[in-house]
Formats: sequence, C-alpha cells, structure tokens
Amino acid sequence: MPAPWTVRDITRAMLPVLLALTVVEIGSGLVLGSFETELLRYPSLLALVPVTIGTAGNLGSVLAARLSTAFHLGILSFERGDELLAGNAVATVALSLTVFPVVGAGAWALTSLTVGTELPFSTVVFVAVASGAVLAFVAIAVTLVATYAAYRFELDPDDVVIPVVTNACDVLGVLVLFGVVQVVV
Amino acid sequence: MSVRDVAVDAYREALPALAASVVGGLFAGVVLGGMRAELREVPGLLVLVPALLATRGNVYGSLGARLASGLHQGLVEPGVGVADERVRAAIAAAIANGLLASLFAATVAYLVLRALPGEVAPLPTLLAIALLAGIMSGVALSIAVVLVVFVGYRRGQNPDTLVGPVVTTTGDVFGIAFLLLAVRIVLALGGG
Repeated sequence: MPAPWTVRDITRAMLPVLLALTVVEIGSGLVLGSFETELLRYPSLLALVPVTIGTAGNLGSVLAARLSTAFHLGILSFERGDELLAGNAVATVALSLTVFPVVGAGAWALTSLTVGTELPFSTVVFVAVASGAVLAFVAIAVTLVATYAAYRFELDPDDVVIPVVTNACDVLGVLVLFGVVQVVV
Repeated sequence: MSVRDVAVDAYREALPALAASVVGGLFAGVVLGGMRAELREVPGLLVLVPALLATRGNVYGSLGARLASGLHQGLVEPGVGVADERVRAAIAAAIANGLLASLFAATVAYLVLRALPGEVAPLPTLLAIALLAGIMSGVALSIAVVLVVFVGYRRGQNPDTLVGPVVTTTGDVFGIAFLLLAVRIVLALGGG
C-alpha cells in the first residue's frame, strides 16, 4: 500500500499526535520555568538542558527501536531472564555512563570559554552523571512499559513506541535534571 | 546470544549516533547559555524551548523517515530530489505542521503562564518568535534532511540510519540558533 503523500493526508496523520506531544512538552517547559532563577544564574546548568533532554530521548529511542525490531522478528519475550532485554538494558546504562561525563565536562568547558561559569567543574560533571544514571533507568522503564503496551494492544511498536518514548524521556529528562539540581546546587 | 554479546552489539551500534547528538546538544546548550539576556527579556520563552525543540525533532524526523521509506519502496526516484511532486508535498506538510505546532505551543504556554503567578510576555511577541523561528529552522532542516537522505542513498548508505542522528543533531543546533535569531529580530522590531 503506498503511503499517502499529499499535504492533507500527511497533516491528518501527523498533526493530532504532534499537538498532543506539544502539550506534554509544555509540561516539561513549565518544570524548566520553575527553576528558571537557578538556570539563569548558572549558565553551565542552562547549557546542560538541551543535551540532557536530547540524550535521554535518544537513549530511549535507540532502545525502543531495537526492541521494536526484535518484537517484529518474534524474538522478544517479556520474561524475566530474556537475554535480549537484559543485554539492551545493560547497553543503555553503559551508554549513559559513557556519554554523560562528556556531557558535563563539555557543558562546563564550553560555558567557561564563552560566557564564564560560576559553578565548579566537579559540580557540573556530577549533575550530568547523576542525571544520566537516573535517566538510563527511567528510559529502560518507559521503553519496556510502552513496548509491552503496544504488544498487548496489538499496535505496531514502530508507530507508537518511538514517539512516546522519545517525548516521555524529554519530559522526564527535565524532571530528573531539576531534581538533581535541587539536591546538589 | 548471551547478555554480554547483546549489550556489546547494542552499545557499538548506538554510540556514534549518540555522540553526534551530544555534540549538537552541547552546541545548542552553549547558545542557550548565552541567551540569558533574551530569556529574561521575554518571560515564558524558556517554557517554550522544549516544545519547540521537540517539534523540530518530531516533524523533521518524520519527514526523513518518510523520504527514506519512499526511496526504499521506489515511490521516490533517487535522482530527482526536490523536483519530485511527492517530495515537495512532504516538505510542505512538514513545514506547515511544524509552524502549526510552534504557534500552538506559544498559545498554550501563554495561556498556562497567564493562569499562574508570575510574568509572561504578550501573546503576539511569543507567536511572532515561534513563527519566525519555525520558518527559518524549517527551511534549514528541510534542506539538511533532503540532502542527507538523497546523497546518502545515492552513495549506498541506508537513509534510515542516517536520519535519526542528523535530525537530532541539526534539530537542536538549528532549533536554538534560529530561536535566538528570531528573538533578536522580534525584540529589535519592538515586540518586547
């Protein structure tokens, strides 16, 4: 069946989901707005915002894409001890622990080169790594729930799971960053 | 495969794309970090940032996936690019939906913030910023996505694996850079 390729068909398929996701993202914006004072005082924390959101969403979408493919191939079982699930979950945590120290160091270094930073290097790296570690587990949980729900409701996980997981991880990324900043800074 | 094999395989496959999006995200973050004056001047703008960035990712990620599937299915000729009617319709739909979602985001953010204690910039200011940023980043992202998908395909790469990292990276960078430009233009025109 050829995909619909007119502006009207594409809009009809895309716009409702897009507007719903926009409302969800405004929710994460409101969380950002609630600690705007801290973010504006410490530009290195502000610099962490897009990269934390983006990386959290990516960790989730990579995992979701792999689980969706495994699901289509019929090699995924939602049972304890499933090697595919466990291996992908381990990889998600390892990826997060690889990437987030670089995220923190990069945000601190680039901010101090441009507008100057008021937080010590170790604090920014710690905020990034702690957020990343929590987010890896959040991404795994969200992806498992969404993939399992798609499986139970007989939806194609490619259509549903990836946008849901990416946007849920965006929002949770901001919440986790907010939580860590409240505790650490 | 053992858990270890699966994990090593998944890690190796995901790391390059994740690294690319980190570079893009850090650049976007630095621009955002340098935007504090504008964020103070337009209260409510920070609330819009996640929605605007996510819209770029959702809309242009979907455009890239559509073009990639079209190439795979033989619906779109790899040689023609934007000359193809279907490709033009897909781009027009992406830009139109991106603009609608951006304007909707500005309106929702404004209404919610008005109901809460605290300041918010006038609705026309937020709408003008969302519209300008949406047009500029939409054109830039459409060009980036079309170029990468078609050039990648002609060089024998799977466009499906190119689209994700390219959209997340350029989406953040163009999204924030054009947001800054849009805010400066609107403030210069006296919309503060």
